[in-house]
Amino acid sequence: MQRIGVFVCHCGTNIAATVDVKAVAEALGHEAGVVISQDYQYMCSESGQNLVKNAIKEHKLTGVVVCSCSPRMHENTFRKAAASAGLNPYLVEIANIREQCSWIHKDIASATEKAIILGRAAIAKVHLNTPLTSMESPVVKRALVIGGGIAGIQTALDIAEAGFEVDIVEKEPTIGGKMAQIDKTFPTLDCAACILTPKMVEASQNEKITIHSFSEVSDVKGFVGNFTVTIKKKARYVDETKCTGCGLCTEKCPMKKVPNEFNMGLDNRRAVYIPFAQAVPKVATIDPNYCMMLKNGKCGVCSKVCSAGAIDYKQTDRFVEQKYGAIVVATGFNPIKLDKYDEFAYSYCPDVVTSLELERLMNAAGPNGGTLLRPSDKTHPHTIVFVQCVGSRCDDGKGKQYCSKICCMYTAKHAMLIREKYPDTEVYVFYIDVRTPGKNFDEFYRRAVEQYNVHYIKGMVGKVSPKADGKIDVQASDLLAGEQLHINADMVVLAAAIEPDKTARPLATMLTTQMDTNDFFTEAHPKLRPVESATAGIFLSGACQGPKDIPETVAQASAAAAKAIGLLCKNSITCNPCVAHSDELMCNGCSACEKVCPYGAITYQDKEFRMPNRTTAVRRVASVNPAVCQGCGACTVACPSGAMDLNGFSNSQIMAEVDAICK
Amino acid sequence: MQEAMIKRAVQLLADGTVNRVMGWKRGEFVYDITPAVFTTAEELEKDFVCDDFTQANLSKYLVKESRKEGKILAFLKPCDTYSFNQLVKEHRIIRENVYVIGIPGGPKLDIEKIKAKGITGILSVENENYTLKIETIYGTETMPFSEAVSGKCSGCKSKKHVAYDELIGDDGEVLDSNRFDMVAKLENMTSQERFDFWRGELSKCIRCNACRNVCPACTCENCVFDNPKSGIDQKAAADSFEEKMFHIIRAFHVAGRCTDCGECSRVCPQNIPLHLLNRKFIKDINELYGEYQAGADTTSRAPLNNYNADDCEPSVVHERGVE
Repeated sequence: MQRIGVFVCHCGTNIAATVDVKAVAEALGHEAGVVISQDYQYMCSESGQNLVKNAIKEHKLTGVVVCSCSPRMHENTFRKAAASAGLNPYLVEIANIREQCSWIHKDIASATEKAIILGRAAIAKVHLNTPLTSMESPVVKRALVIGGGIAGIQTALDIAEAGFEVDIVEKEPTIGGKMAQIDKTFPTLDCAACILTPKMVEASQNEKITIHSFSEVSDVKGFVGNFTVTIKKKARYVDETKCTGCGLCTEKCPMKKVPNEFNMGLDNRRAVYIPFAQAVPKVATIDPNYCMMLKNGKCGVCSKVCSAGAIDYKQTDRFVEQKYGAIVVATGFNPIKLDKYDEFAYSYCPDVVTSLELERLMNAAGPNGGTLLRPSDKTHPHTIVFVQCVGSRCDDGKGKQYCSKICCMYTAKHAMLIREKYPDTEVYVFYIDVRTPGKNFDEFYRRAVEQYNVHYIKGMVGKVSPKADGKIDVQASDLLAGEQLHINADMVVLAAAIEPDKTARPLATMLTTQMDTNDFFTEAHPKLRPVESATAGIFLSGACQGPKDIPETVAQASAAAAKAIGLLCKNSITCNPCVAHSDELMCNGCSACEKVCPYGAITYQDKEFRMPNRTTAVRRVASVNPAVCQGCGACTVACPSGAMDLNGFSNSQIMAEVDAICK
Repeated sequence: MQEAMIKRAVQLLADGTVNRVMGWKRGEFVYDITPAVFTTAEELEKDFVCDDFTQANLSKYLVKESRKEGKILAFLKPCDTYSFNQLVKEHRIIRENVYVIGIPGGPKLDIEKIKAKGITGILSVENENYTLKIETIYGTETMPFSEAVSGKCSGCKSKKHVAYDELIGDDGEVLDSNRFDMVAKLENMTSQERFDFWRGELSKCIRCNACRNVCPACTCENCVFDNPKSGIDQKAAADSFEEKMFHIIRAFHVAGRCTDCGECSRVCPQNIPLHLLNRKFIKDINELYGEYQAGADTTSRAPLNNYNADDCEPSVVHERGVE
């Protein structure tokens, strides 16, 4: 015979103001199997929990129903309380009479009636609850960092510092990411390369860190503590172990007209190349789209000049499989394509550039060796117009609805640097709002306006039209003065919105992590779990989670590392016992469950069964790996024969709840 | 045709390719054809039959037969190959243990349609240029072939074999059938009219379970209607309609897996048009998730077991149910 205790919480006035809690406790006290029914002001408080604990001991309870807030809030609290009083924690059920009742109703009579019904459903379920025991699963002491930008590098360095092996997978030939392309950093104006490249070298020299450059994640299996990842090492046609990075091949290659992506296509590289001088690993890569030898078998110059014998035209993609306990996603961002913004003449006027292109134009290692010249005629620009929010805060469907966050600050930086270096240049900045939250950020912007006399004009640019004399007519509105402006500019710089890297979405599918509508990874809780994804063991670092500047990215990278280290420190992790299982006598082996399982937890095996008349039969049946199963229940509804069931949420328990509600 | 099939079956038995043959044999009456397994040339020559009445889909029998010792030869009509594929896909039939010979399909004859003309005491039925010459104990009768075509064949979806090891006769094409016309008509009814239609039809049900037992999608090791744990077996009906929920539950159970072979309606002794329930699901799946034919292949993912980012929103599904 069941002995069930019911505990109705007032939650101060949160519940008690709309639900007659005494009436609920009274009504539920008459339900079959209920031996004690009480109400209390704050059931989650120390004394409230003691009420539950004492009742379990005193009345020898076999089940507990707490009518309170959402199980997300305090299910764990009451499970722990029950466990400390000697009751299996999975014999506790929560009836949510706050979020699903008192908060959404105004009429006391109907809210009370509903609370009683919800309580009844929980009682009906707890009648069928069975004690469950958690299992343990071991943790592989190695982490994977996907993306080798500043976020990935920082995360990897921190994890390695704690003594764990880390692998970085970077899709480009070198680590460094976007920060390597940036000239100076705000608000201190120190050189990006000077602070980034030592970290890149540190990562490559750390014996705990393995860098898989020019590689991609091609498959992810497993679960927290025990992921199996396949890494595709793309053919670079150069043996990484032999190449010394001398660069002779990159000088001798006769294929000179390959757009240099590191310099945003503003100059050319060879078909065999090292992206930039401080690349890590400093290994050449052959671009098969341009290499004459790979395209039609005629050339072979690089192979001839390479004294190390590192060139290998026959190299193919290789696949490496490795086990990891934790995965950190650091896939970063890209500026959006501006082909939908013809009003800014970007696609046909070379002197209209994006901010990242301007970074390269101003960089000492850039196409002009650090002298700011117009791309069209290599002359010095005297009037430069910056346009903010190109594709950001955009409601027309062409761009992004969100604020890209970094543009206000880097534009202030660009404006300041130009005025500092070329005081004869007039700089205009058109903005919707100037947003500068951050340490020393607003001071920085004020300096651009007050000290460097940059013309900040509130208003958007309507049209950019190149003129026959090489100048550019910028038509804009000054919203504060209420007038239309025409500026005769030499260059226009567009602060293009940033978006997550295109590799993020297929990766999210492989990792079974969530993304928002903009393809940014979703954190487990926007305030309280900002660097964890909702999928256990997957952590988020940098701009893949949302637009971020460098200080924020590095802070988040270290936070993600701390979370990953916290996981890797454990020898084993406790698994959720509310997992699926298959009744082998009913299983048809049809694979419906396997197909819908998002975690790959279901496998099939041929098993021998005893059949009538002393015969045996081999049947294909499903088995669930309880360490992989996350208890989502998709298999239980896909199973045509009803063989799949979920511990703690069995079909019979759910039917009992429905019956209790419909009674 | 029958001779060619027997000849080939005897060959395959003799050369050891197979040790059994799945086909049909005649019962008490000429039109009374049942599936049968043959193991010798003598049995084949004596009993094997394939004529205008051999409608039965042999695929479901292969669930058990393909698990026995040795390989079995099965003669499959185009529609049967869809069921066969679906069962292979669900790992119910072990493909390696079956040698499939594709044979041309219907149209096949429905004896009930002949009897409905008042023709009884039938001894034999001959098809002469699409006129049926029917010998009865009372004399000879004739009727047009087209008036006796089985309901399952009149909405034929395909003359193409989607699985076979060899063919006897030519392969056909997927047909542009009118099989959803009646479903569309039901959809256009008011909910009350539709309810009345189904209550009228389903009230005839005697729960003989023939539809379930013949259905190639119903191969569960332990059927939900026979399982005491399911809570619905042997359940006393609370009202006159609850018993008919059997058919609704069954239609849901086979949704996305039903190949529309039409066996359920064919075997129903009460002539309930059960296939319409399944066709409604097929039509909905086609309209909501794009054309999908269960059993057309053994690898594709069924729409109801799959998720694509461009799947229609639940609200679209909801709106379709609102009058």
